[in-house]
Amino acid sequence: MYEMYTEVTTAMKGRTIRRHFRESIKSLGRNGWMTFASISAVTVTLLLVGVFTIIMMNLNKVADDIEKDVEVKVLIEIIADPAEAKSAEAKLMKDIKNLPGVSEVVYSSKEQELDLLIESYGEDLSLFEQSNPLNNVLYVKAKEPQQTVNVAKKIEKFDNVNDVKYGEEKVGKLFSFLNTSRNVGLVLILGLLFTAIFLISNTIRITIIARKDEIEIMKLVGATNSFVRIPFVIEGMWLGVLGSIVPMTIVSIVYVNIFKVLQPKLNGELLQILDVTPLLYQVNALILVMGILIGVWGSFMSVRKFLKV
Amino acid sequence: MIQMNNVVKKYPNGVVAANGISIDIKKGEFVYVVGPSGAGKSTFIKLMYREEKPTSGDVVIAGMNLSNLKNRQVPQLRRQLGVVFQDFKLLPRLNVYENVAFALEVIEENPKDIRKRVMEVLDLVGLKHKVRMFPNELSGGEQQRVSIARSIVNMPKVVIADEPTGNLDPETSWEIMNIFEEINSRGTTIVMATHNREIVNTIRKRVIAIEGGLIVRDVYGGDYGYEG
Repeated sequence: MYEMYTEVTTAMKGRTIRRHFRESIKSLGRNGWMTFASISAVTVTLLLVGVFTIIMMNLNKVADDIEKDVEVKVLIEIIADPAEAKSAEAKLMKDIKNLPGVSEVVYSSKEQELDLLIESYGEDLSLFEQSNPLNNVLYVKAKEPQQTVNVAKKIEKFDNVNDVKYGEEKVGKLFSFLNTSRNVGLVLILGLLFTAIFLISNTIRITIIARKDEIEIMKLVGATNSFVRIPFVIEGMWLGVLGSIVPMTIVSIVYVNIFKVLQPKLNGELLQILDVTPLLYQVNALILVMGILIGVWGSFMSVRKFLKV
Repeated sequence: MIQMNNVVKKYPNGVVAANGISIDIKKGEFVYVVGPSGAGKSTFIKLMYREEKPTSGDVVIAGMNLSNLKNRQVPQLRRQLGVVFQDFKLLPRLNVYENVAFALEVIEENPKDIRKRVMEVLDLVGLKHKVRMFPNELSGGEQQRVSIARSIVNMPKVVIADEPTGNLDPETSWEIMNIFEEINSRGTTIVMATHNREIVNTIRKRVIAIEGGLIVRDVYGGDYGYEG
């Protein structure tokens, strides 16, 4: 008689796990409208999450690009003697490279500078080729865009520096604007995630409340908590998977087409949008994983309430 | 098989549904539990399958002392019992076969044995031809027969029934009683709460009458004992 006191802790048999999977799929079909309601809730929220994530990731990319484009233009003092000039320029370049926070220094002679001007403003300027009034220039990039101002101020103090240009105020304002917009985006995404979790798990809860009696009956017949719970949790997983199919498809198709239209127009511009390949994998993975997590979690929490029979 | 020792059950709202009940039901007995509504019959039944815990006193079922039983051991107890309810408590989304098989699936029985056993009990209750039907497609009597089949499919030592004929017409009630007698004749102990005086007076068995949370009468082969 006392063998009955042993708990039901023996590992679940393989066929029982298969039974739970079978049962969860059967239940999806037999609960028709409830399944539909849950999947719709998952679909709508995950679609919003996907769209927002793509927008935010692209904004972030644009901000990164703009930041990376910020550089310091160092005009080198004009020195008459070519040999002297050469060694002075070499020393200046070495000093700047040794500054902490500097990632790249590019030399551009005054002839190259004039070519650039001619390219932008037209052949009219070519008469300056006779007597080039420009300076030789060093383009300096900081490792972190935010260090640009610091680096520029240090370079100003070096010898043989005629002038340092980096758009002082503009850069500061740009950085604070980009940072703010990133934070706002993050808050928006987080808010959306919480809304999604709340909405989906609530819908699942309602469908499970409708089956409260079933849970009670199962327990009365001698089912353990996990025996009752596992099919529900697997069902939650299916809801997540099924609910993420439509958002993944829509997001992918729409983004691929947007990319096709925009990409040629943006060719060569500073402003670029993210490539299709890593982005869509990432966003689709996010949608799928979120769908599954929320489905599983929502079912788990909702069933728990009714297991105490 | 079933012993209660000075069992007291006091609900949080102050109602005392069992006020010192002691009883001993032997293996193979058939016992009616009678008494007016609200006298404590249902509580008496619920204490046996541990839907309710006693406030004090001991309940021992088939060698298990329910006072020491942890929550996670309750499924083990329920697998030793078959429980039949007035409202059948079938799983609405499972068909007849699946409802009965469920009681065997929870104990992870081998599928081949499940099939054999389920068809056996469905044959016993006369529903072999309706295995694929769903509860809402069956009459009350048929649903109750499914519920009985489920309660006995794992060969419990005790079947507990809480007004199993309460929702059924007289003719169907007799059919249900025949099934219970058949099960009892195979050695299963049966405890049945009932309001059906005709049944109690015709199929004479041990009668326990409960009033005000106390056993006021305990007679072998007794009658229903209440008017109307």
